[in-house]
Amino acid sequence: MSAIEVAAAAPADLAVRGLSKRFGAKVQVLSDVSLAVGKAEAVALIGANGAGKSTLLRCCLRLIEPDSGSIDLLGSNVCSLKPAALRQLRARVGFVFQRHNLVPRLPVLSNVLHGAVARRLGPRAWFHEIAPRALREEAMHCLERVGLANLASRRADQLSGGQSQRVAIARALMQRPQVMFADEPVASLDPAAGEEVMRCFLDLIRRDRLTLVFTTHDLRHALDYGDRVVGLRGGRVTIDAPAAALDVPSLRSFYE
Amino acid sequence: MNSAPRRFEPPNPLVFAMLVAVAAFLITSLHGIGFSLSGFVGGLPSMGRMLGEMFPPSIERIGPVGKALLETFQMALVGTVAGVLLSLPLAVLATRHLAPHAALYYAARTLIALFRTVPDLIWALFFVVAVGLGPFAGTLAIMVDIIGFCGRFFAEAMEEADRGPQEALCALGAGRAAVIGAAVFPAALPSFVNTSLFSLEKATRSSVVLGLVGAGGIGIELQVSMDLFRYAEASAIIIAIFVLVLVVEQCSAWLRRRLI
Repeated sequence: MSAIEVAAAAPADLAVRGLSKRFGAKVQVLSDVSLAVGKAEAVALIGANGAGKSTLLRCCLRLIEPDSGSIDLLGSNVCSLKPAALRQLRARVGFVFQRHNLVPRLPVLSNVLHGAVARRLGPRAWFHEIAPRALREEAMHCLERVGLANLASRRADQLSGGQSQRVAIARALMQRPQVMFADEPVASLDPAAGEEVMRCFLDLIRRDRLTLVFTTHDLRHALDYGDRVVGLRGGRVTIDAPAAALDVPSLRSFYE
Repeated sequence: MNSAPRRFEPPNPLVFAMLVAVAAFLITSLHGIGFSLSGFVGGLPSMGRMLGEMFPPSIERIGPVGKALLETFQMALVGTVAGVLLSLPLAVLATRHLAPHAALYYAARTLIALFRTVPDLIWALFFVVAVGLGPFAGTLAIMVDIIGFCGRFFAEAMEEADRGPQEALCALGAGRAAVIGAAVFPAALPSFVNTSLFSLEKATRSSVVLGLVGAGGIGIELQVSMDLFRYAEASAIIIAIFVLVLVVEQCSAWLRRRLI
């Protein structure tokens, strides 16, 4: 079944149709990309550098404005949303970046609280010192889930790479998300730390039955953690198959 | 074999002509300012006499001088705090990626440039006319000068702040205020503190001079002493100013080490 058929058949959490994006006059990053991701499905996006993986994820939340095509995310037509509605939609989608993107000078707990920033609490969701008690407790719970409750008061710039990425995951959990995007979440970690973070992350995703789209260069990760693997090449979808039907050698040839 | 490059490139004729023009203008300028070595040498004895009369400094008017010195520092402090607070929102508008609209961005930039390029003494003259003689006029002049200074450096600090955390906050549904409050300000805070402390030092120095145009502070005391040839009194005032500036600079250096 192709992506478009899936999108038409089942109510998908994410349905992308005919998405195109061009940077400047020459660089066509995405051309006519279609993709559907069902509820609680995990999709691994693979492809060489510059194939458009990150741009695709960012377009889905309009962190980058797409040129054409439609994006249906959690029942909303992303491209037609007004700013306030777009922010409310973004709040339901966690996004874990390659670089953790924590605010370096703030304590870990404040960084986790930021996950609640769309709940109209104003500055009370920016700094843990002035946050309501219930919110602080929720943030502590998210930190416990990634195993870092003991570091709540440490400054974010004093964490190791693996710890930082776990805090970023806790921040995403604080959003009470339904969908999670991850853009090469462990690419800047050493293999051991990367494995650990990836396992912790996927464990949480499965436990909460979240829909996941993640990009990776690690083909093992794509096959182990993805239910389905989607390959991008030159901005087009060239593979879209269940992970069970693929193996590392066949995917490797895709890069050549 | 390739030969080594020439030690000196022959000058470009245009560059050479410009260098000659600059040198010629410099020499004309010496004439223009009435530079005279004999005048300088001839003035040395009277300088010596004046320095002689300055010592020992007179502590006769220590009371009024102390009061004026306190007023000078109060002007600097209030002017700096008000200036820093007002320059924060202005600097946000003057930061390209944070300004809500391009027109506001250019308006804020222009205002900051105006505040910065017009010297504080001219602002003082303006405010003396507007609100009357006295320290309030001087404080307003300092405030405007500090807005020009901080507005620019605050905006630069915010433009240089790492975009990663800002993008992350956008991605989780934060509006502009939250991105600024939770990601941009914390990142730019060390720079804000640094710039504000420099502003206080700068304001202290300029508040000394503002008295000369009647905008309050110790400057007027110094001018009166000099005009009445009371050099011993003047030297006491100069020493007092020196101590004030030094104390403010030392305190701000200490604070900077503590806070950053």
